Amino acid sequence: MSDPIIEIRWHGRGGQGAITAAKIVAEAAFRSGYGGAMMAPTFGTERRGAPVHTSLKIAHHRITDLSPIETPDIVVVLDHMIMGEVDVTAGLKPGGLLVLNTPRPLQRCLHPDYRVAVAPVNEIAEQAGLRRGIVNSGIIGAFGRASGLIELAVLTDCIEREFSGKRPRENAEAARLAWERTEVGSMPKPVAAAAR
Amino acid sequence: MNTIESGNVAAAMAVKLARAEVIAAYPITPQTPLTEKLSEMIDRGELDAEYVAVESEHSALAVCIGAASAGVRPFTATSANGLLYMSEQVHWAAGARLPLVMCVVNRGVGAPWTVWNDHQDAISQRDAGWIQLFVKDHQEIMDTTLKAFRLAEEVSIPVMVCYDGYYLSHTYMPFDAPEQERVDRFLPPFHYAHTLDPSHPENLNSVTMPDTRTDVHGETAPSYMDIRHNLHREMVQAIDRLEAIDAAFRELFGRGGHPLMEPWRCDDAEFVIVAMGTLANQFRDVVERLREQDGIRAGVLAIHLYRPFPNDRVQAALAGVRGVLVYEKALSYGNQGPLYGDVRSALYDCEPRPAVENFIVGLGGAGIRTGELYRTARQACLEIGRQETPDDAPHWVGLGV
Repeated sequence: MSDPIIEIRWHGRGGQGAITAAKIVAEAAFRSGYGGAMMAPTFGTERRGAPVHTSLKIAHHRITDLSPIETPDIVVVLDHMIMGEVDVTAGLKPGGLLVLNTPRPLQRCLHPDYRVAVAPVNEIAEQAGLRRGIVNSGIIGAFGRASGLIELAVLTDCIEREFSGKRPRENAEAARLAWERTEVGSMPKPVAAAAR
Repeated sequence: MNTIESGNVAAAMAVKLARAEVIAAYPITPQTPLTEKLSEMIDRGELDAEYVAVESEHSALAVCIGAASAGVRPFTATSANGLLYMSEQVHWAAGARLPLVMCVVNRGVGAPWTVWNDHQDAISQRDAGWIQLFVKDHQEIMDTTLKAFRLAEEVSIPVMVCYDGYYLSHTYMPFDAPEQERVDRFLPPFHYAHTLDPSHPENLNSVTMPDTRTDVHGETAPSYMDIRHNLHREMVQAIDRLEAIDAAFRELFGRGGHPLMEPWRCDDAEFVIVAMGTLANQFRDVVERLREQDGIRAGVLAIHLYRPFPNDRVQAALAGVRGVLVYEKALSYGNQGPLYGDVRSALYDCEPRPAVENFIVGLGGAGIRTGELYRTARQACLEIGRQETPDDAPHWVGLGV
């Protein structure tokens, strides 16, 4: 219980690769010195296109509690349209971070209770030479930039390993471009009423 | 080598390191990725084994029984209704004293249909005569599977390595995969004392009379009950053998030390929670909270070896505590949790006898919230032994309706 566990919940659609993305980040976290890295997918009777989520916990100590995350520090969303179907920010800690793949500008996504990061990962993936709709490598770049937890070079290295034989360089490039184009912001705090 | 992979992959890597020679399995959730991984390893030439694609779990174990009888090292794995479908062969393998290893990726039993975790599948085969080991994380899947091959082959009794479906099978976490060369030193090539040999034909496990009789060689042949008595006696002796194997493993790999059960913060504990599998690890956080927030001296005892049940060690570990809370993911319907019955029985001769409470959790994957474990354990620690008439009916944690 020496240091806190960082809890990251990933939301996507079946087939979109949220679990693979979380697995890559688990690997990268472990290689960056987080000895306790644990990624537990939540399984149902999953099918393509249906909303899925997975829990990633990282810490410097061994993690023994494998139960699903209820109060995440960070929520990552691979498809912003899912927010009409799923309450992705359920339990998100005040001051936490929401990372979105969305074409919308940052200003339209800001929220009073947590920081928001946006990147147009669909567009970025096509720029990087990936097939339309491949977003799970790009979103890792957005997550990395916004969270500041893991260095870009470690993330892209883990991406290339995971995607070996499946356009590893293009997938790493998507993460690199997303890292560059990620914007992070908070809603300005209302002016304190107590200022007399 | 440190790696991050799923629990099913950890099991497949252990089976590869053990140089299993015949894999026969039928896919069933959540075991499927384990057998898929093994077939990939064979296809790529990384594992020199024959993969027998069977049409059922009954046949999967039958193939393994045949392979072991012919002197090669087999492996199979299943879950839930698949284990029940092979049950007739499960009993046969134990009675025939075949050194098999099977992973049971624990899942609730239908009906109603469920793919999620509990321990009812393995517990339903508790009395079949197999050694049953329950593990808590990927490192234990790896290490216990390797030890299981050596144990099965040393005592000629089949071993189930039970690990929680989804909680371990589909969860990714770091573990160390040992080097092949050191595993080879730990686990000698397969040897079965009664390997079938066409040049010396014999009958095995044919109809065995209720009483001893003279066999074809003029020697007194044991009765069915004699043979079954031997199985029981050697099952009990397997407790010491497992300890010795664990010591040898520890010397080579630097891990182990708790082959039968693992106490955690039990040294000064007034209350001990007893559980199996990942649930025992989840209780570590609960124990921390009980100690820090409530000043309750609690500990957790993870049972690794469920059959044979190490009665005297359980008694020694729990003698002197005020209360024991047994949390489990299985039930003997119409009575209590099976582990609760075992623990209470082991403590019957203790003076004073600790109070023991039973909690049923997580059947069919019902969410096990750490906060709820904390609340129920805290309440039990405060109330235990104070009730007018102690109630031995199980408490259900996490019912929805």
